[in-house]
Amino acid sequence: MTDNDVAVVRPKQRSSGPPPETAAPAPPPAPNKGRGTIRTRERWAALSFMSPWIIGLLAITIGPMVASFYLSFTDYSLGYGEWVGGENYARMLDDPRLANAVKVTAVYTFVSVPLQLAAALLLAIVLDRGLRGMSFYRSVFYLPSLLGGSVAIAIMWRQIFGTEGLVNQLLAMFGIQGEGWVSHPDYALGTLIILHVWTFGSPMIIFLAGLRQIPTMYYEAAKVDGAGPVRRFFSVTIPLLTPIIFFNLVLQIINSFQSFTQAFIISSGKGGPADSTMFLTLYLYDQGFTQFDMGYASAIAWLLLAIIAIFTALNFLMSKFWVFYGDND
Amino acid sequence: MATTTETTTLPAAPARRRERGAATGLRRFVFHLLLTVAAMVMIYPLLWMLSASFKPIDEIFTDPGLIPSTWEWSNYSEGWNALPHPFEKYIWNSMVIVAGSIVGNLVSCSMAAYAFARLRFPLRGMMFAIMLGTIMLPIHVVIIPQYILFNNLGWVDTFWPLIVPKLLATDAFFVFLMVQFIRGLPRELDEAASIDGCGYWGTYLRIIMPLCMPALATTAIFTFIWTWNDFYSQLIYLRDVDLQTVPLALRLFMDSTGTTNWGALFAMSIVALGPIFGFFLAGQRYLVRGIATTGIK
Repeated sequence: MTDNDVAVVRPKQRSSGPPPETAAPAPPPAPNKGRGTIRTRERWAALSFMSPWIIGLLAITIGPMVASFYLSFTDYSLGYGEWVGGENYARMLDDPRLANAVKVTAVYTFVSVPLQLAAALLLAIVLDRGLRGMSFYRSVFYLPSLLGGSVAIAIMWRQIFGTEGLVNQLLAMFGIQGEGWVSHPDYALGTLIILHVWTFGSPMIIFLAGLRQIPTMYYEAAKVDGAGPVRRFFSVTIPLLTPIIFFNLVLQIINSFQSFTQAFIISSGKGGPADSTMFLTLYLYDQGFTQFDMGYASAIAWLLLAIIAIFTALNFLMSKFWVFYGDND
Repeated sequence: MATTTETTTLPAAPARRRERGAATGLRRFVFHLLLTVAAMVMIYPLLWMLSASFKPIDEIFTDPGLIPSTWEWSNYSEGWNALPHPFEKYIWNSMVIVAGSIVGNLVSCSMAAYAFARLRFPLRGMMFAIMLGTIMLPIHVVIIPQYILFNNLGWVDTFWPLIVPKLLATDAFFVFLMVQFIRGLPRELDEAASIDGCGYWGTYLRIIMPLCMPALATTAIFTFIWTWNDFYSQLIYLRDVDLQTVPLALRLFMDSTGTTNWGALFAMSIVALGPIFGFFLAGQRYLVRGIATTGIK
């Protein structure tokens, strides 16, 4: 793997608009045929290319979204349900398990994401030094984020942080008697947070790509102006990297609100001990697919979507104050 | 922090970007030392699980080292046959879903991507924005009505709910990836093909697709890894014991016998991670490019 691979494209801030080449020239019109004919042909072709996506959008995404919203106002349960108005949402207000699930999910997200991004940024900056063997280190740090979502890794974590697990064996070498971390209500969530931080590899790769994009001339100019290395880091590297930091932050917050597998495996699907790893997604699964209370589960799904939307919007609003887009070109 | 390694004596050589932090011998040594320690901490749990899959059961709970005192190959044979079906059955089930998903994603996502990147049609901008929006849509919001839909079609406890959505380009992430890629191809090629009498389908099949091989490879590899690892939708749609996949089998194993036979459970976990590790080694280039382009793991 060469070092150029990561430098291909800048992460997507700039590319989130529609394709830019709307005004590109049409294929040359055939003689005696109006432009309309070619336009029509192109449109039919587009329709045929787009049809799987359009069907999927309507049947698998938008249709179910609308249905989910409707269901959240019913007491639907496999084949039977009636309109109950806002009852499901009212019920949320005095459901202590739901309140707990929101809290657990929020703690998980707002502790693990900053730690994960800090680790990713630190390692990216170190690896950007251009040391020999850099691509080897990069691979090693990246591997956990490929594997991290799998059941096998969650099983491994459960053992590592178990009463007689690897962590306690290592602690015992220093004469410390460890807890059964996974089965202790105060620590179980902590083990999941560590697991999330362990997967810092993919934001690290994005940071590395971002660091490669910073033009050398900025550093040279700063140097000419007499800026030392620390000053250059805080006045050149960090400001120019803020769009990437912001991008990673938005993405990781959205992802971690949806975490499911690890908590499910570590707690045998119960969100325990004592609901301490009961993520919103687990509670949704429990209500929808164990109790088959699908109306209430749909309402929970919309609560989750609302929470994610609010935090993403907040993120964008706050970005005005710290994200630097000065290099518009 | 790492900032202190910036040197002040930089030649204005072409390679200067990489040299920016090139430091003196001692400094470089310290960096390598720290990185190696960090890498060991990161990778140790994986190595330990690999070694534990060969350890006798009591050693798993007492020895944090990496070398088993005796090599218990029987962990693998025991784990392989510990469940109602031999493990190859679960691997086969996973493979069927993976294969269907890869074909589905390659065909449907590339078609949509070609239209987005090259054809002009009404509402293209709006559809593109919607497509980007669906990348971020949590599956949890649509899973219940999807389940009801597939249940009414009689598809629960079949592989269809896991494969059909891929045939309909619902993994919008890959559409976006390929749009980005196709935009980078010179338009003159399309025009030349058109002059030579190629229609839109001909251009798509003979010009765009062959040039898209790197993007298609990235798509195939990511689809493999995500589908192989996927737990949530398989948990919901596959309850029949004959249809269980590798992640479901591991979960079943753990909840039934796992806590009494960690060695065998670890052995099967290693089997489950093997293919991903293989793709990681073989396809790293595409993985890194995919992440750097689109920012999704």
